[in-house]
Amino acid sequence: MAFQDCPHCPPPTPPEDRRSFLTKAAAIIIGGALAITAPIAGLFVFLDPLRRKSDSGGAVLVASLNALPENGEPRKFSVLATRVDAWNRSPNVPIGAVYLQRVGDKVRALNVVCPHAGCFVDYRGAKNHFFCPCHNSSFALDGQVQDPKSPSPRGLDNLVVEIRNGTEVWVKFQNFRAGTHDKIPV
Amino acid sequence: MKAFFDWADQRTGYKKLVHETLYENVPGGARWRYVWGSTLAFCFSIQVITGLALWVAYSAGSQTAWESVYYIQHEMWGGWFLRGLHHYTAQAMTVLLVFHLMQVVIDGAYKAPREINFWSGVVLLLLVLALSLTGYLLPWDQKGFWATKVATSIAAITPFIGPELQKLIVGGSDYGHHTLTRFFALHAGIIPGAMVAFIVAHIYLFRRHGLTPKEPRRRPDAAFWPDQVLRDAVACLAVLLVVVFFIIRYRGAELGAPADASEQFSAARPEWYFLFLFQLLKYFPGGTEIWGAIIIPALLMGVLVAMPFVGNWKLGHRFNVGFLWAMLAGVGLLTYLARTEDAASPEFILAVQSAERDAARVIVLAQSPDGIPTAGAVTLLRNDALTQGPKLFAKNCASCHRYDGHDGLGSQPKDKISASDLKGFASREWIAGLLDPARVDSLHYFGGSKQKTGKMVKFVKEDIAEFDAAQKAQLQKLIVGLSAEAGLKAQSAADTRDAVVIAEGRKLVSSTAMNCTDCHKFHTAGTDDPSAPDLTGYGSREWLLAFISDPSHARFYGERNDRMPAYGPDKILTAAEIGLVTDWLRGEWYEPKADPLPNLIPPPRRASPK
Repeated sequence: MAFQDCPHCPPPTPPEDRRSFLTKAAAIIIGGALAITAPIAGLFVFLDPLRRKSDSGGAVLVASLNALPENGEPRKFSVLATRVDAWNRSPNVPIGAVYLQRVGDKVRALNVVCPHAGCFVDYRGAKNHFFCPCHNSSFALDGQVQDPKSPSPRGLDNLVVEIRNGTEVWVKFQNFRAGTHDKIPV
Repeated sequence: MKAFFDWADQRTGYKKLVHETLYENVPGGARWRYVWGSTLAFCFSIQVITGLALWVAYSAGSQTAWESVYYIQHEMWGGWFLRGLHHYTAQAMTVLLVFHLMQVVIDGAYKAPREINFWSGVVLLLLVLALSLTGYLLPWDQKGFWATKVATSIAAITPFIGPELQKLIVGGSDYGHHTLTRFFALHAGIIPGAMVAFIVAHIYLFRRHGLTPKEPRRRPDAAFWPDQVLRDAVACLAVLLVVVFFIIRYRGAELGAPADASEQFSAARPEWYFLFLFQLLKYFPGGTEIWGAIIIPALLMGVLVAMPFVGNWKLGHRFNVGFLWAMLAGVGLLTYLARTEDAASPEFILAVQSAERDAARVIVLAQSPDGIPTAGAVTLLRNDALTQGPKLFAKNCASCHRYDGHDGLGSQPKDKISASDLKGFASREWIAGLLDPARVDSLHYFGGSKQKTGKMVKFVKEDIAEFDAAQKAQLQKLIVGLSAEAGLKAQSAADTRDAVVIAEGRKLVSSTAMNCTDCHKFHTAGTDDPSAPDLTGYGSREWLLAFISDPSHARFYGERNDRMPAYGPDKILTAAEIGLVTDWLRGEWYEPKADPLPNLIPPPRRASPK
């Protein structure tokens, strides 16, 4: 046999040990396969949300231009659209809200969600600014961060607005990631 | 690395534990007959892991349970596999429990000093069955719903506490949200928690008394590791492979149509390993079912529990083994009888087919662009013409009419056909048959009704029969024109293509040459006091709705109406129901467009295991 010609080779393994080694190896390999099957099957389902994209649809009709005060004061409106929630599809339900305000003959739309941590910001008429009740960020009417001490990393999120047929205010409603300097759609 | 393990060992003592686990003595060496306990432990661990993963996506509630299971099964990554793994491992566990019990009894492992361990095993057996029972309801499909209703109704006949017990299990006087939350808490929390406690006790006691060797011992004693471990691992692998085979074969576990307390479900059967109990109940006449449901099963369990004592008697062990075999044979026989009775019952086969049809249909509707409304998927089938049309037709129309020769659902009604067969009503073929002298007075059209002696049959049999070739060609156009009034979905391509012929045909209906408007009204043509149904929009949704609602209306048969009831004014059917029958007769229901891109994971399609 080959290893007898090799002076440095270890002596041949006794058959009993070799059998035992094979048994152990087989037990470990099969045991490992058994152990991972269920966790892997579960992991796929657990990770399923990673492949779900947010449904950023087109523009939706939010309000009539006539509902906006001429003086540019912001008004809050619900955004109605089809909400897809896992298996449910509900047409024409509120999926969020926006502040609309006249800016000359245009309309500005701000998402009501604070870019800091996702709270719902208030419009305070007396101070003429937006204020987040959670961590005290304040925003000017155009959405910019007003107070440099505000914890919000960026101003309120501007949304794309279109005026159709003279009076219909259509908004492309989107939510953005909170806590980042850049406006990243979710 | 060694330093770390030593550090950890000093603090936990894990090496001793591992050593004790692996070097447990196996008297007489490793044997295949000792694997059953390990396979059960393996199955339990699979159930815990897959159960937790399913929990991540499951929502217990009567408008969300079926829906979330649908979502797992059809939308989530590998969800069908995960559900299948949970479902078929549960079944494997029941089978393995029987093997384990047999091995323990045959080898005498239940005798002193192992009585308590045996009893803990019996408790575990009952807990596994309780898991099966509670898990069966959670998808909230028709099968689980109706089968579990039977189980909880049986609970109600328990002496003294029955009604209260049932209320506690169901979470109220009727099935609903709290039935699901309670079953879910039992299935995913309380019972598994109890099982963990009993498994710990079971394994502790097993280790304390050691394995009961099968005599004669063939080899010297050996350690658990590695020989017995390998045998256990191979056995577990075999179990897993069988489970995976079933998952792939049936594309995961079955999901029936959503539970609907108002919808008959004659295909309700318990899970196959409870079929013997189901069959047993058939033999107990009213008032005595407590024997089949509670007393006999309790007595059998009593014998099982008494085995350690019985085993001490001279022939006790033989009795125990014989009893177990007899019980298995009885269970096997009852299961066989339940199966063969069902297989020989045309009603049951039809019910299963109808259940499978509804189950497949609701998936199609759930995947439609409208998706599932928040009111739940059960409304999808309730509002689906393809599902409800035939049922309404069978119940309300088929005592006179037929649909393709049957009652809409494939059965033959008691009464002979005595009004027209409405399959393809108002289509070109259907009208052509009506205007065919050979067929107009057949049972397929007016042969069974009062109209058989009416003017229309007379006209077709006398006048149309005399038509020359040119008139016959005109008749063909007339048929195409009249049929276009219906605007049938199935004919939309043909109607678009034949626009010119349709225009000609419509003119012919109005013309005096064809005599239609002598009796009928057609748009502006015809008499204002017609003696036959208005042909304007004949077979259209609006026309058919109005007709079914009130065929005796002056617009239709007036007082010449034969026996057809006024379904609307007489409140026999609701407007919605008339709409469903109408849409079904006109072939108007949701059909999915062919998927242009094949799904990477094949959509689970299955036939239930027979």
